[in-house]
Amino acid sequence: MKRVSSIAQLEEIKARVRPLLQVREDPDYAHIRRAPQIDILVCRGTGCTAAGSAEVEEAFKSEIGRGKLEVKVNTVKTGCRGFCEKGPNVVVAPGDILYTGVKASDASEIVEKHLLHFEIVERLLYRDPQTGKAIAPSHEIDFYKKQRREVMYLNGLIDPWSIEEYIAYDGYRALVKALLEMRPEDVLEEVRKSGIRGRGGAGFPTATKWGFVRNASGDEKFVLCNGDEGDPGAFMNRSVLEGNPHSVVEGMVIGAYAIGNVRQGYAYVRAEYPLAIETLSHAISQAREYGFLGKDIMGTGFEFNIDVFPGAGAFVCGEETALMRSIEGKRGNPRQRPPFPATKGLFDKPTTLNNVETWSNIPRIILNGGEWYSSIGTKRSSGTKTFCLVGKINNSGIAEVPLGTPMKVLIFDIGGGCPEGKKFKAVQIGGPSGGVIPYHHIDVPVDYESVTALGAIMGSGGLIVMDEDNCMVDIAKFYLGFTMDESCGKCTPCRAGIPKMREILTKISQGEGTMEDLNILAELAEMVASVSLCGLGQTSPNPALTTIRHFRKEYEAHILDKRCPAGVCKALVAYHALEDKCLPCLEAVAGYDAGGYEAFKAALPQLVPERLVTKLQTSGCAVDLARFSLTVPARNGSCTKCTSCRLGTAQMVSILDDIATGTGEPEMLDLLFELSGTMRVASECPVGKTAPSIVLFTLEHFRKQYEEHVLDKRCSAGICHKALSYHQVCPLRAGVPT
Amino acid sequence: MEAIAAEVRPEGETGAGYAGRIFRQIQHIIDDTGGQAGGLIRVLQQAQGLIGYLPEPVLKTISRDLKIPLSEVYGIVSFYHFFTMVPKGRHVIQVCLGTSCYVKGGEKLLASLKKDSGLEPEGMTSDRRFSLETVRCLGACALSPVMTVGKDIHKKVKPSDIKELLSQYK
Repeated sequence: MKRVSSIAQLEEIKARVRPLLQVREDPDYAHIRRAPQIDILVCRGTGCTAAGSAEVEEAFKSEIGRGKLEVKVNTVKTGCRGFCEKGPNVVVAPGDILYTGVKASDASEIVEKHLLHFEIVERLLYRDPQTGKAIAPSHEIDFYKKQRREVMYLNGLIDPWSIEEYIAYDGYRALVKALLEMRPEDVLEEVRKSGIRGRGGAGFPTATKWGFVRNASGDEKFVLCNGDEGDPGAFMNRSVLEGNPHSVVEGMVIGAYAIGNVRQGYAYVRAEYPLAIETLSHAISQAREYGFLGKDIMGTGFEFNIDVFPGAGAFVCGEETALMRSIEGKRGNPRQRPPFPATKGLFDKPTTLNNVETWSNIPRIILNGGEWYSSIGTKRSSGTKTFCLVGKINNSGIAEVPLGTPMKVLIFDIGGGCPEGKKFKAVQIGGPSGGVIPYHHIDVPVDYESVTALGAIMGSGGLIVMDEDNCMVDIAKFYLGFTMDESCGKCTPCRAGIPKMREILTKISQGEGTMEDLNILAELAEMVASVSLCGLGQTSPNPALTTIRHFRKEYEAHILDKRCPAGVCKALVAYHALEDKCLPCLEAVAGYDAGGYEAFKAALPQLVPERLVTKLQTSGCAVDLARFSLTVPARNGSCTKCTSCRLGTAQMVSILDDIATGTGEPEMLDLLFELSGTMRVASECPVGKTAPSIVLFTLEHFRKQYEEHVLDKRCSAGICHKALSYHQVCPLRAGVPT
Repeated sequence: MEAIAAEVRPEGETGAGYAGRIFRQIQHIIDDTGGQAGGLIRVLQQAQGLIGYLPEPVLKTISRDLKIPLSEVYGIVSFYHFFTMVPKGRHVIQVCLGTSCYVKGGEKLLASLKKDSGLEPEGMTSDRRFSLETVRCLGACALSPVMTVGKDIHKKVKPSDIKELLSQYK
């Protein structure tokens, strides 16, 4: 008899299970010596699983199975802890000791040292990127210390596959309270008091939405959960569904009760999240077993069921009317509103659709009271919000903070700033519907109003951090490309307007834009935003508009100076010879022009100044120089008219790339030689004919260096293996994009 | 029907026998889930899970049994990225071109994959070993650039890792 029908039964489960979990909350490492049990919490979210946490879990189980330990040790699968960058993450309790980047082979060391001899395995600890200091307890790491985890609290603490562990942390307590002690209108009032606003992006007050549905006429209504998290760069919903699915289930039951006349709910989860679908489905069947779903819930006669509906891969289905269409089994085309879903939604019945995160907040609001919730965050944006920190940031992952927290805290204090000491440039918030917030607005408090004032939207909370190497025109172009692909094609402004805007941006990125184009772009953007049918079209110009607004100078550089300051837009990156440094290359090429290959070869020793030869002999790398010498004709010089030049240079660059990155093979050297010959003979003009000169020269005189790359996989000059960016290609650092 | 069988049927099975079995299973799927809300999409998802793609005869069967016009079934299949009417290789490679992966070099990954395996997006190798797709954000942004092969997610993939990575899949 598992069905729970009273508070007493719920308390009984909690009293039985909670003591077993106490150890996980114990922050004091010293307790490990006399702890009755040790828990090893292995993160099994998608991020850590991709990094190999399944093998890690197995390794711990087999290590513990050897029976060397006297205390009871449990290996627990938990949901995402949010620190995805450093995965696989393993926490050993008591003490909350976080090991990052754990491999299966590390398990025996952790068991031997940590569990048997109570010594922390220092090399696997997180190290502060600034101070380099190792930090053992996860709650002392800045990434966690500066957060306030409400939605994410149980993520990483409980086993998402166990309903009893959820109950141990007051799970389903809110449901019992609502059903047995509150009237539906009291529940609604509590949610109203909390001031919670939709976490899916638009920030519509949840209680108001529910109120509309509640007051709509009809005896069949629906509640839906939007788990079609399509924004690139956002994965907080997946994390909640995978790490704490019961909170979403509980929230939906409470919502159904508050609205009334609801017997069926659907959770729409995108097909790209198979693990989330599996975890949520399992949670739903467990909830049914325990009597929190189904007929006669808690003996009150209230009936409610949830079905999971896997999406089929269409971004636009995150829009409410499209999502409902999709659940009906139709094409996910949005439709005109009004009538709003609150009166005519799924199957034309009154329907409320809320985001995963909104639903998972509901149990805490009911349990702790609306006033408690509204005390967090700001007056108009209450509560906490989860954000995904991705892109050029040190600590990628999920961070939860009270709304109104300055962006600076999120990016620098929690996220640790941009890697490799690069300069922070902007952050894209709200995905393809949002916009960029530039460095000079970094102090902006992150709440619905402040973000909107800067032209962006809160969206689902994906934060894509960009540094000085990212070009804003390119980013705007990227996002419009995304919305162009995802537009459902139903309404003309979106279908035709977005490609047009993207066309203009492409033109600008190729250096063919005019200032007039910027005006047309702004005009088009306004049109698309105001007359598109649904949110996808209406918000699609935001990335372009905000980049123009905050980085107008960068657009002007592309248009007026024909220059891409970040060096991204390929058409605008040109390489200019620096007279004092590039001489050897230039002279070599000139020499060939003058007297053909044989003359060139004979002249080379004189043409190539001594300092280059010396440099190649001492600290330079021949492969690297050859690569650099080719990147110029490959990317910019070749007019692409004749095949031997167009394909030949590209082919040679790719071979040299292979050699430089250690994947080269000895035959490649001969191939290079052959290709050079073909190019010399078959190319139509001197650009193509002379392009392989340096390759030939280095192949002939520095063959040992090539061989070292392909045979020993080693670059003794220490130049190769580095990032293959143009800046680093030239050993003389001559390739400076202008 | 023979045609479907030839593309995806496991070795050792005869064409007619395989097709017959598949159609029986699809019949079960239709009977079990066709009646639910949004039944069509669910049926299509399961049918594709079974065969790997949605050939025309299968769509016709589904259309007939669910009493939904074939045009509408086709409309659904062409609308959602998840559905495909082209057969897939044994291992489906997905390269993520979401924002985070784009910023971190997903394009380079794709270019090098095309070069190494001769694959084009939405294409399949002649030995049916791999097929290639591009996707918008798998939600593993902290690990970007990301590519998946079948169910395995590979993180922070460098173009130079690809050869070795693919050699695990036979």
